[in-house]
Amino acid sequence: MVNLIAQTPCGDMLPREAGGLTLTEVVIARMWSVAPLKGQQKAVATALGIVLPKPNRTTSGAEMHALWGGPGVFYVRAPALPDLTGKAAVTDQSDAWAVVSVSGPVVVDVLARLVPVDLRQSTFKTGHTARTLVGHMTASVTRTGPDTIEIMVMRSMAGTLVHELTRAATLFAGR
Amino acid sequence: MRITCPHCGERDRREFTYQGDALALNRPAPDAGEGAWDDYLHNRENPAGDTRDLWYHDPCGAWIAVDRNTVTHAITGSTLVTKLTS
Repeated sequence: MVNLIAQTPCGDMLPREAGGLTLTEVVIARMWSVAPLKGQQKAVATALGIVLPKPNRTTSGAEMHALWGGPGVFYVRAPALPDLTGKAAVTDQSDAWAVVSVSGPVVVDVLARLVPVDLRQSTFKTGHTARTLVGHMTASVTRTGPDTIEIMVMRSMAGTLVHELTRAATLFAGR
Repeated sequence: MRITCPHCGERDRREFTYQGDALALNRPAPDAGEGAWDDYLHNRENPAGDTRDLWYHDPCGAWIAVDRNTVTHAITGSTLVTKLTS
């Protein structure tokens, strides 16, 4: 039996410091996309035991975290999911996304060079999320703290994301 | 140029992909005749003024019918395609 070495999406590229920003990988053990079937949204919320977030928002339960991922789609992070047969279309997304936490006092200024959305604390508060772009990549951008923003892109884009963030932070610092 | 996604709010144009005239939503009946199908597939108005086009919001995946004016470039409305077809 071959023993494979587990590799996270960002592998040994992270953690790193760049231009006053700290980039750390957020390793998500299990995540699913949950798309409630027609008229089943309430039933799904009851089964999960969590309030499903409105557009551009996130919600959290005891061990569960739900992120709005587009019209009718929620990304749910949890140790396990209840049986949602007949209620929702569920796809395992564990390992499918590269998630990077970007933190530092200049996080909003650096991301202003990459993300065409106003991410300032006054309009984009903790727990707010946006489906938008980072450079040319579609991404999910979420504020997780006063100086921390989490960026989620498809796993195949991990290298590009780290490169773009490092470059933007370095150039901003060298301005 | 800013376009409003009914889900996400007002966003930059670079988040959107242009598809074409919203006429594509009005598919004729299979027996509507050659004329109707010819119009549906090939013939488009080229208005100097108000027009309605289909745009795709890449990050969230919503199809949107956007009303805009080709002369002033003003964008006057955006509607989810699911609301227009259901």
